[in-house]
Amino acid sequence: MKKSAAVLLAGVLAVGTAACGSDSTSEAGGKVVLDINGQPPQTQAFDRKVFDEDVAEFEKQNPDIDLVPHEGFMDPKTFSAKLAGGQLEDVFYVYFTDPAALIARRQAADLTDYVKDVPHYDDIKQELKDVFTVDGKVYGLPTANYTMGLLYSRPNFIKAGLDPNSPPKTWDEVRAAAKKLKDAGVTGFAEYSKSNQGGWHFTAWMKSVGGDIARKDGDKYVADFNNDKGQEVLRRLKEMRWDDNSMGEKQLLEIGDVQNMMGAGQLGMYLAAPDNVAAIVNQFKGKYEDYGLAAIPGQKGTLLGGEGYMINPKATPEKIKAGLKWVQWKYLNPDRLEQNLRTYKDRGQPVGLPIPPIADIWTGETREKQEALKAQYATMPVENFQSYVDGAEQTKGSLEPPQAQQVYAILDSVVQAVLTNADADHGTLLKDAETKVNAVLAQVK
Amino acid sequence: MRRHVTAYGFLSAALVVFAVFSWFPIVRGVVLSFQQVNFVTSPDWVGWENFERLFADPLFVVAWRNTFFFTVLAMLIGFGVPFVTAVVLNELRHAKAYFRLLVYLPVMLPPVVTALLWKWFYDPGPGLFNSVLRGLGLPTGQWLDSSGTSMISLVLVITWANMGAATLIYLAALQTIPGELYEAADLDGAGLLRKVWHVTIPQTKFVILMLLLLQVVATMQIFTEPYIMTGGGPEESTVTVLLLLYRYAFYYNDFGTASALSLILFAVLGVFSFLYLKLTRKADA
Repeated sequence: MKKSAAVLLAGVLAVGTAACGSDSTSEAGGKVVLDINGQPPQTQAFDRKVFDEDVAEFEKQNPDIDLVPHEGFMDPKTFSAKLAGGQLEDVFYVYFTDPAALIARRQAADLTDYVKDVPHYDDIKQELKDVFTVDGKVYGLPTANYTMGLLYSRPNFIKAGLDPNSPPKTWDEVRAAAKKLKDAGVTGFAEYSKSNQGGWHFTAWMKSVGGDIARKDGDKYVADFNNDKGQEVLRRLKEMRWDDNSMGEKQLLEIGDVQNMMGAGQLGMYLAAPDNVAAIVNQFKGKYEDYGLAAIPGQKGTLLGGEGYMINPKATPEKIKAGLKWVQWKYLNPDRLEQNLRTYKDRGQPVGLPIPPIADIWTGETREKQEALKAQYATMPVENFQSYVDGAEQTKGSLEPPQAQQVYAILDSVVQAVLTNADADHGTLLKDAETKVNAVLAQVK
Repeated sequence: MRRHVTAYGFLSAALVVFAVFSWFPIVRGVVLSFQQVNFVTSPDWVGWENFERLFADPLFVVAWRNTFFFTVLAMLIGFGVPFVTAVVLNELRHAKAYFRLLVYLPVMLPPVVTALLWKWFYDPGPGLFNSVLRGLGLPTGQWLDSSGTSMISLVLVITWANMGAATLIYLAALQTIPGELYEAADLDGAGLLRKVWHVTIPQTKFVILMLLLLQVVATMQIFTEPYIMTGGGPEESTVTVLLLLYRYAFYYNDFGTASALSLILFAVLGVFSFLYLKLTRKADA
């Protein structure tokens, strides 16, 4: 109890004296003092410089707002402790995984009355706005969007005699390519199965074959993977892992392990969002031209991912207005797009990946304008990622299931079983997981 | 009187530290078990709802089963090995200090480093164990990657990492045994095993029982190794009570249910300690 209580409450009790956030800093000298996070660390010199320059420019244009930037993003592990200790920033970054739970726990401010004044709000894709909307009330703004695709190593494709300009489009093609990659001496395909990431990717697989994890049944959610689609996904994983031996021997992998494999040139393919390309290139000092990104195999659906900003539930109306102004100006500003791209290009930064500063969140004319500017300023072979961009446009993206992390924890063990036990009984695995997931979904109010 | 003031002064510092960092969190944990909190609005009293949620979670039973299994394995392996090692070290005539240092060395490694090191040892591909086995032409194992061997693999790590301290305590106890007892046993014609059974174990009984209690309490709170090495997998085979508690608190941000689980663990360990003390006192009487 002592140890567990300490684990549990260490964060909750760690209430610093120099707290930031809405309950400690407020309007000073007629200025709204606004704590924001999302400031890149000093190790990312370029991104940090751009961020700090933007802060300065925003403050110049809005002399009544004083921004106090903080490094880092929203971390679910420390979020509640920061909120309890008054250290949560006024404006905080979230992944699309987070809003549903934060809204359910009333840990984000209601922005419904304020978003109507946010310029270009109507031009944002509706499905992305839905991530932050519950019962017609708006709790945040999406600032980046990506769907899961197939990331592959172009040099390893060439080594295996595969055409890097024609990446696999179906799961059968993925399997065939993985076999050739294995014969060429690298792991053909890698899949996560740890830290809830196996369940997360299983969800992406299910959507890619036209299935899903949960469906609405009246007022309640019920599990929806113990069916032929679920069987198909597990069968394909088993075939690659055990029949072809193209997934390597080491399992229980998570994202960092797989990025390491890809960065070290030991891997052919894995499911990933485009931000993985930048992460691998930066970490391993690689080259963008060595990677390709294709649409999710199967293309019957894909899992939506992305980023956004929410506001501290303790924020005053003045802070909410100032916070929305900052988020719109910095992240949702088509009028600054060309200027941003020019800055990136002039300073030798990569332009062309479907990630910030070219966030794929717009519809209509704004989107067309963005695509034209991207082509104009691109500094990398955008054709390597075109298959992904086209696929993302055509493939219907959908959200994670309710109670996503708990559901993923259960599904992790399904993926683990298939990848670590050649004789795993898929029917039993899916049935057991269905019972467990239904128990979790029954708690959704 | 002045001496008393000084004594209470020193004592109060410790009391304050205990009150703030130990007793208050325990009381707060008990209160949290019956609340749902979001740290924004006032906590909601929810009665036994957090406990009901736990009992409805299929992983609850799995976590307890795994924790008990781990504890039994840790007792079988982790309890006997340090004792035998201590007996062997006690018999050494040469290089005593060197071997004692060698046995104690792993204790000095931070648990996270130990876990990461062994994760590499266990890697079914290029890992140390399988490379050696392959080199010897022997069949390789899946180690952490198989639900059949994952738990025992964790027990080996923890035994390796922690046996140094237990070995030294046993060694200290062994050295307090009067040499005459062994001489008398020799005269009676007792062999090595008989000497261990009739002299060594009875003479070190108190230390053995104390370490047993401490080890059960520690092993039932196993967290770092499964968290780093397996994440609870494969197939939930290494989800322990503390790992489940951590998930509730920091993955799901459900501090109420996490506290409820913590309270149950506290109760189980409390009952165990009570029974243990009662049994050992009866045995002593």
